[in-house]
Amino acid sequence: MSDVKKFLYVNRKAPYGTIYALESLEVVLIGAAFEQDVSLAFLDDGVFQLTKGQNTDGIGIKNFSPTFRALGDFEVTKLYVEKDSLEERGLSPDDLQEIMYEDEDDDWEEKPSIRLVSRAEMADVMADQDVVLSF
Amino acid sequence: MAYEVNGSTVEHDEEGYITNLADWTKELADVIAETEEIDMNEEHWAVVNFLREYYDEYQIAPAVRVLIKAIKKEMGPEKGNNKYMYELFPYGPAKQACKIAGLPKPTGCV
Repeated sequence: MSDVKKFLYVNRKAPYGTIYALESLEVVLIGAAFEQDVSLAFLDDGVFQLTKGQNTDGIGIKNFSPTFRALGDFEVTKLYVEKDSLEERGLSPDDLQEIMYEDEDDDWEEKPSIRLVSRAEMADVMADQDVVLSF
Repeated sequence: MAYEVNGSTVEHDEEGYITNLADWTKELADVIAETEEIDMNEEHWAVVNFLREYYDEYQIAPAVRVLIKAIKKEMGPEKGNNKYMYELFPYGPAKQACKIAGLPKPTGCV
């Protein structure tokens, strides 16, 4: 496991209307098979991807938001959400769905995957990566 | 391309995954299993049922690791392992079991 790299998938777009959000999620799931250190970042309109109560009946597209809750099963447990982006859109952390993972190193205790960060902290998260993929 | 079940047809793609997930029935599962040369028993059904429930909740098929953990919980450690899964589904638990469960081909099936 010497060649584990830190991957960050940056999500900036609203979930529907373009294919970016779904493509990003699929790449994350495929990439999870390679056992790298994966994080996701949500900023700008990307924060809408994690909102709860999404209903896509009216637009005839699959609602893939439940899949974010399965990420923990794929050992993707770090979802950084930019607070400033939430506030600029009139959203609060309560508007996001609850996403948990079981911590293998802590007796499988359930822990939240979403980590709220400021814009400055997000910059640090990005600077700390080996690979940044932007969607 | 289509499966025949009780006189009606259910369309599938070139790999045998059904096109419309809502078309799935237990009878169809038996038909798909037959084309995969699998004789469905209680243990196969436990896997298929788990896959369907997981998909219903998360809109995605589980990682193999997750599947194995769930089977271990339900049926004991002697069955919750890779070897047992491949005994049930020789051409791959993810591929074959998902096909029989009427789910799309798993994402990340590399």
